[in-house]
Amino acid sequence: MDSRLKLSFAVTDAPQGTTALPIEIRDLTKRYGSVYALNSVDLDVHSGEFLTLLGPSGSGKTTLLMAIAGFNRPDSGSIRFGEDEVILTPPHKREVGMVFQSYALFPHMNVAENIGFPLKLRGISGAERATRVEEALETIQLSGFGARNIDQLSGGQRQRVALARAFVFGPRILLMDEPLSALDKKLRERMQIELKHLHRKLGVTTVYVTHDQREALTMSDRIAVINDGELVQLDTPEVIYNSPANAFVADFIGESTMLPLTRDDAGALSFRGQKVGDAGTDQSKDWTLVVRPERLFFAGAGAETDDQTIVLKGVMREAVFQGESEMALVAIDDDTEVAVRFGTGGRASPAGGNTGDQVSIGLDRTDVIIIPGGQAA
Amino acid sequence: MTWWSRPAADTQITHGSRLWLYVLSAIIMLLLVAPTLIVVPMSFSDSQYLEFPPSIWSLRWYEEYLGSAKWMRATATSFQVGFLTMLVATPLGIMAAYALFVSRHRATRAIFLLLITPMIVPVILIAIGTFYAYGRVGMNNTIAGLVLAHSALALPIAIIVITAGLRSYDLSQEQVARSLGATRTKAFFLITLPQIRFSVITAALLSFLTSFDEVIIAIFVSGGANATLTKHMFAALRDYIDPTIAAISTIMVILSSALLLLTQFLGSKGRGN
Repeated sequence: MDSRLKLSFAVTDAPQGTTALPIEIRDLTKRYGSVYALNSVDLDVHSGEFLTLLGPSGSGKTTLLMAIAGFNRPDSGSIRFGEDEVILTPPHKREVGMVFQSYALFPHMNVAENIGFPLKLRGISGAERATRVEEALETIQLSGFGARNIDQLSGGQRQRVALARAFVFGPRILLMDEPLSALDKKLRERMQIELKHLHRKLGVTTVYVTHDQREALTMSDRIAVINDGELVQLDTPEVIYNSPANAFVADFIGESTMLPLTRDDAGALSFRGQKVGDAGTDQSKDWTLVVRPERLFFAGAGAETDDQTIVLKGVMREAVFQGESEMALVAIDDDTEVAVRFGTGGRASPAGGNTGDQVSIGLDRTDVIIIPGGQAA
Repeated sequence: MTWWSRPAADTQITHGSRLWLYVLSAIIMLLLVAPTLIVVPMSFSDSQYLEFPPSIWSLRWYEEYLGSAKWMRATATSFQVGFLTMLVATPLGIMAAYALFVSRHRATRAIFLLLITPMIVPVILIAIGTFYAYGRVGMNNTIAGLVLAHSALALPIAIIVITAGLRSYDLSQEQVARSLGATRTKAFFLITLPQIRFSVITAALLSFLTSFDEVIIAIFVSGGANATLTKHMFAALRDYIDPTIAAISTIMVILSSALLLLTQFLGSKGRGN
């Protein structure tokens, strides 16, 4: 049904005259009973950026989005759109486009009436409304679908109509609450790229909520990781992945094996006697080495730790073929298994051997990730 | 294969082994409708008395009913009260159902139970209570008094029907409408109401019927020029046995059945949406 879906929106079209606005959130707190859904959150969303709120369910990310949209009233704090304080502004006056997980298209209206709804509310006359609806339909590559009923659309088409309805009136801010979670994996991945293109074209400040770390890494200019109502880390996808702020972020984003480190009096951090880094001025007692499976490789039998590489010896437990890659579990002692991921192509590094074999796994020192604190629960 | 040895469902049970169930169901259905239907032939009797089966057929009791100023006046009152009850109970039902559906307040459960008590409390108690309360404020034998009492009876039904409609509705549509620039009121009227319209119409029809068919409260608080059709029928049955009652009953059965069928039809249409 989505055969007309092309890989991207037409990026060359002229922008639709949206002025993006920065969002400035200060000390935002929202409690439900004694539970803090948001605990003193500070967050700056830059003008025109694509920022993702990422966190597990119940982390407060949707509460934060709803506070920006105006659907819940925080107990304290401030939300500014540009210069304007909006904390007391009702949702219909915030000029914010919103896309919900359920699409929430109006089933008693056809596609064109759905997209024209915000224009109608703004008193835009029939002829101009029709033109702008048609433009929006073109942008989402659904020209000619205006007269269709909602129940005649596929999931992906509904998603795009919901999107068109949210941007057709030129909102200054676009909010999306897990808009792709109802789509199947293939379509979801294609829509991620499309959304990214659309965002570039519209240039509108976008806040996107998801619990899918891969989606967040794919789409975002920056990611705000949220847990237990608090902002844990705010940075670009690369930094979030390569330098997680703590064990929660390291564990939640990407795959990882956490290995406890020991700290000596001089601040040197070691794993089983092999020095992997320095605590610097940080006085924390517990430290953890975060190992990403795809950064590990099988070293030769005689490989030893040196200036460039840390080598761990172990026994091959299991190798699992997963299609685009293969995952090997190597036991470096009785209770610690380290996951190693490697490509399955002809040029990929060979598997370490059969189950039960003695193997050496290597990690480049440049790929070492060290975080203060113990392992994530 | 004969029909009784064919499977009745996706199981091994055949129509034959279900025969007892079919017979039982038929008997129950017959017992449910027979008392209602028995008045229909009686209404076409020529006799002075209620008679079944009638020995001579005639339309004289329909003429009697339609030609009687007293009966016509009572009919007009019943329609008037039914219509006004519908106008009071339906909007109140919408408001209450919506509020209880949207609210996360702790007291919603208690408020819901309070609102549906007229359905649980024996109507005779409501009638007696209303009679004495109206006596204090001079509302007995008034249209307004009867409409209020009937609205209290109709409200639980309206609330339950409309709540069922709201259950199959995605409330985030209203949030979308608000984010797109609609006030909450506008969002309700433009987005929510059109989608629960079948429940609302059903609630309105049932409110009308609740009032139109009601007799106990009417006996207590309606009277004089404002007595309802049902009250007159009850009095007529008690004071003199007259086949006019059968004629009126037949007309009421047809009207009520038609309205109920309409609600069923709307209900299936609403679910199809």
